[in-house]
Amino acid sequence: MTKKKLHISLYQFIIASLFVVFSFSGAAAQEDATTSDGESSAPVEATDAPADSGAGGNATQGEALFKANCASCHRLYKDAVGPALFNVTQRHDREWLYKWIKNSSALIASGDAEAVALYNEWGQSNMNAFPQLSNSDIDDILAYTDTPKPVATTIERTEEVGGGTVDNTMTNNLVLGALALVLVVLIVVLFAVNTTLKRFAAANGIQTEFEEEKPARTPIWQLFIQNQFLVLVSAVFLLLASAYFVYGGLMSVGVDQGYAPVQPIHYSHRIHAGVSQIECKYCHSSVRESKHAGIPSLNVCMNCHKSIAEVAESTYAEGMEEYGIDYNKEIQKLYKATGWSDAEQAFVGEEEPVRWVRIHNLPDLAYFNHAQHVQAGNIACQTCHGEVQEMEIMYQYSPLTMGWCINCHRETNVDLQGNGYYEEIHKELSEKRGGRQLTIADLGGLECGKCHY
Amino acid sequence: SPKSDRSVQYFPNMYESVGYETYQEGDIFPGDVEAQKPVEGTVSRGWMPYDYEDDNDGYASAKANLKNPVPLTEAHLTNGQALYSIYCAICHGSKGDGQGHLVTTEKILGVPSYDAREITEGSIYHVMYYGINYMGSYASQTSIEERWEITHYVEALRADLMGVAR
Repeated sequence: MTKKKLHISLYQFIIASLFVVFSFSGAAAQEDATTSDGESSAPVEATDAPADSGAGGNATQGEALFKANCASCHRLYKDAVGPALFNVTQRHDREWLYKWIKNSSALIASGDAEAVALYNEWGQSNMNAFPQLSNSDIDDILAYTDTPKPVATTIERTEEVGGGTVDNTMTNNLVLGALALVLVVLIVVLFAVNTTLKRFAAANGIQTEFEEEKPARTPIWQLFIQNQFLVLVSAVFLLLASAYFVYGGLMSVGVDQGYAPVQPIHYSHRIHAGVSQIECKYCHSSVRESKHAGIPSLNVCMNCHKSIAEVAESTYAEGMEEYGIDYNKEIQKLYKATGWSDAEQAFVGEEEPVRWVRIHNLPDLAYFNHAQHVQAGNIACQTCHGEVQEMEIMYQYSPLTMGWCINCHRETNVDLQGNGYYEEIHKELSEKRGGRQLTIADLGGLECGKCHY
Repeated sequence: SPKSDRSVQYFPNMYESVGYETYQEGDIFPGDVEAQKPVEGTVSRGWMPYDYEDDNDGYASAKANLKNPVPLTEAHLTNGQALYSIYCAICHGSKGDGQGHLVTTEKILGVPSYDAREITEGSIYHVMYYGINYMGSYASQTSIEERWEITHYVEALRADLMGVAR
């Protein structure tokens, strides 16, 4: 009896220690996550406040003014639509700068040689006039433009982030290794105790049940064969199970649910539609008018990415840690495709179309029109394509099989509100049906010719 | 779970198109791109070319002379608002004050408020058509009529910001 008890407690002990190991490692991982977050966010606050340069302006206020008024065309350390503004106070006279910023075209018109030269150098693009800025506002902005580039801190920061991840995985591995070692030692000790007790029992002449039962038992498979009812039941079960799997396999032929091929550019719907909250129809604009919800052409990308050459540092770190993707390199791929030169801020290279891989494919024998589902039907994009704004890489959410189409046509009510086309049919049909809501199927949405001609 | 290959197909008789489908690749086209550009200078039905050039003179001329051909009705204004919230509000803000989501999260900076400078219906349309500085062209995403509807809504927002009656 003692023997059996011991067996059970050993088993329980192993389960318990495994549980302890897993809960420990889980807790350790969580702890690491919070520390890495703390590390990456703390230096951003510390380094982003620029020091006052003492040129009679407040750089912090200047930064706000710069971001509100100037940043649409100017960067501090990089030429943009207009020149890089770092050290502009050393290139031009302060009085001249006041005049230029308040109304540059008047200064050019007055024939000021310096102004005309600058205007011609920058391709005669007009700088907006800012009559609303006072001299002290401009002093603030100029103080901000004198802020030296924080080179050292950025490098430090990336190193910290990189070091943090290595540390995290290393501590994780160490903890896991130590726990595994403890577990192994425990098992060895328990086996030793077990053998000792067995020997002790043998020495005292106590019979263990184990040894008694062994020769008396018939093998379980013989018992099984002898019991014909059990054989019959298992045979029926096996037949049903195999039918289930064969049918399931056949029904998955031609269904591409979950299809997520590797795209030429790692485009993240999560960042664009989720984090940045860009409307679906901003890029897929033809969904409103056309059968095809087109893939946006590259000019739509460049609407924003002319001025966004790099992602935010937190986004960059997230991409590297969670997805192993350098988002900045992906933006460079876009620049290569459009021929955009970030250094020259102009389209100078060869254009090369991006060969996106199409995920949602219907056979050519079916006709599907996005516009009538999205505009007239008022169906949200997520109904068919899933929560796209949470997808790091796009995959096919719905099966897009005929049964799936028909099911929705049977269940969905027609959106009759404010649609003049439905005025008559709605009145007539709802009278006939005692006011019941009309589904697409009622309007003939299940007929072959509607989708297959 | 995501898979990188498509599933098996059983006798795909009419799965692949014989005709040319939108956006597909095709050997016979330059650059394998099926969507080829129409010939320069041709005009399709229901569309008219834009007369003003993409330079400072064109901007000034459009600002002074270009008038909105779409009448200001409730329907057009509502449509303009819907389009504005898709294409413009992300940077310019739903009130037109330059505080859209991308600006408040500092992705894109320096978007001016509509009341900060002098704009006319002509200049609004011109900027939507060609873009200005870092703002790109929205001519590919919107039709002529839709841009004029947006113009109506932008003018309404500007009136609200300046505290004038629409």
